[in-house]
Amino acid sequence: MIELVGVSKSYGKKAAVRDLSFTVRPGIVTGFLGPNGSGKSTTMRLILGLDAPDAGEVTVNGKRYRDHRAPLHQIGALLEASSIHTGRSAYDHLLAMAQTHGLGRERVEALIELVGLGEVARKRAGTFSLGMRQRLGIASALLADPRIVMLDEPINGLDPEGILWVRNLLKGLAAEGKTVFVSSHLMSEMALTADHLVVIGKGELIADVGVRELIQGASQSAVRVRSPHVARLGEAVAAPDVRVRNIGPDLIEVQGVDAEEIGLAAHVGGIVLYELTPRQASLEDAFMELTGESIEFRAGDGDALATASGVAA
Amino acid sequence: MESIGLPLGVEPVTQRRVIRSEWTKLISLRSTRWAFGATLLLAIGIGVLACIVFETRWPHLSAADRHDFHPLSVSLAGINFAQLSIGVLGVLVITGEYSTGMIRSTLAAVPRRLPMLWGKAAVFGAAALAISLPATFIVFWVGQAILAGEGINIALGHAGVFRALIGAPLFLTAMGLFGLALGAIIRSTAGGIAALAGIVFVLPPIIGLLPTSVANSIDPYLPSNAGGAIWTINPDPGTLAPWAGFGVFCAYVAIAMAIAAVLLVRRDA
Repeated sequence: MIELVGVSKSYGKKAAVRDLSFTVRPGIVTGFLGPNGSGKSTTMRLILGLDAPDAGEVTVNGKRYRDHRAPLHQIGALLEASSIHTGRSAYDHLLAMAQTHGLGRERVEALIELVGLGEVARKRAGTFSLGMRQRLGIASALLADPRIVMLDEPINGLDPEGILWVRNLLKGLAAEGKTVFVSSHLMSEMALTADHLVVIGKGELIADVGVRELIQGASQSAVRVRSPHVARLGEAVAAPDVRVRNIGPDLIEVQGVDAEEIGLAAHVGGIVLYELTPRQASLEDAFMELTGESIEFRAGDGDALATASGVAA
Repeated sequence: MESIGLPLGVEPVTQRRVIRSEWTKLISLRSTRWAFGATLLLAIGIGVLACIVFETRWPHLSAADRHDFHPLSVSLAGINFAQLSIGVLGVLVITGEYSTGMIRSTLAAVPRRLPMLWGKAAVFGAAALAISLPATFIVFWVGQAILAGEGINIALGHAGVFRALIGAPLFLTAMGLFGLALGAIIRSTAGGIAALAGIVFVLPPIIGLLPTSVANSIDPYLPSNAGGAIWTINPDPGTLAPWAGFGVFCAYVAIAMAIAAVLLVRRDA
């Protein structure tokens, strides 16, 4: 369980995180979603106590992270993939991390096997591809059998096989009852992996919602209709909260009324239908609707970019 | 209470465990081996070379040169250079973590932070002493054996010699820890090395530009001069007594380490 209450953090004059409050619960995968530079990495640094918040409080399983006696057993974290000394081998890196918590070579070897780095474990980490560094970071995160697994953009640089592996790993850890908190800027990936979403933009909380609720609650579920008489059909279903959008020749998308009603209206008006397709909102659609104009999701203005690079540095 | 809940094998973080971890980190880097190798090479190689030069040139040296000659300081000539390589390694031990991002992993494992700094200092200090102590005795014995060819050697039993041979490794160790503290304060390899080189090599000539009366009262207290007193015999007038000088140098190291500790706890990683 990770709890943030009213957490703010600025670097110089740039606010990286503003009045952020949310709770990450055990037993599910919580996705941490936001564009690059929205404050995800900063939030994770605050959780681990690498940076101190200007205001608010962060607790990990009820205490500040630094007050735990075996912190790596509380949170196993993968931070930006570069949190390794490039001159040290994967094996020695893991051994040094393990020894702080009384763990030894057997545990290190088991994790190297688990993440599939057996053949390169004795090579310097500086020679690793991004994907291999991600695997090393995941091994490091899992060393002390953590109650919380917190991964920052773990699928960056992974091949499709690796992505699938991470997805299953996260779901497996959640099924064991662990708290799984994983950040991504890819909504499509979160749709496949996460049960719950914490969404931030420009350092502020935008949503803290279950993935299923988010999709079901989206009004954007629409019906696609193909007909030679789309104009007449549009008039037939017209109502204050119904929206009709032309999306092609003889093709419209109708929101605010379901397929049965459209079919009925067509029948009453004697209008021929070629296609009548209910379309579920994707997570992406639901998300766009949720955030609306409140954030620029393509990491828009110069300010946001400056903050992003500042935070990354 | 909490350790009851820990899974098999996972133990609380202690200073002893952090020291083990820091030891693994130190010996698993190629740069460590290079820098320790360079320290050995400089300390022994330059001392031996200087002894060979003096031994072969001795019959041709002027009275003034012979007067300035001291068999101990010639055989320990390499210490002046070794202090830089070991100081640089001290800087690298900590700045290497910042430049690579390793510091995030380190502080995630040891979020109280100070045990990390003490662990690094203990491990690196022990390694520096373990390297420089034998190096000093080796270069002394080999150097004196060479100088004996002209009968200009000095014996271990001569007053102050043994103290200097113990003092030189202690000085190198303290210099390494000084580098470590500067690196922890500045957190950048280039900046840390520049600060170290500036204090050790650039500060003395700058003080030399001051009026002699002022310079003479500051000079003995400069870190390298104060620290140098421990491994010199028949020093220049005005130099601090051996252990007093070394004490002053250790005080500089302690102050730098204290600043590093305060900043480590206060600053964002």
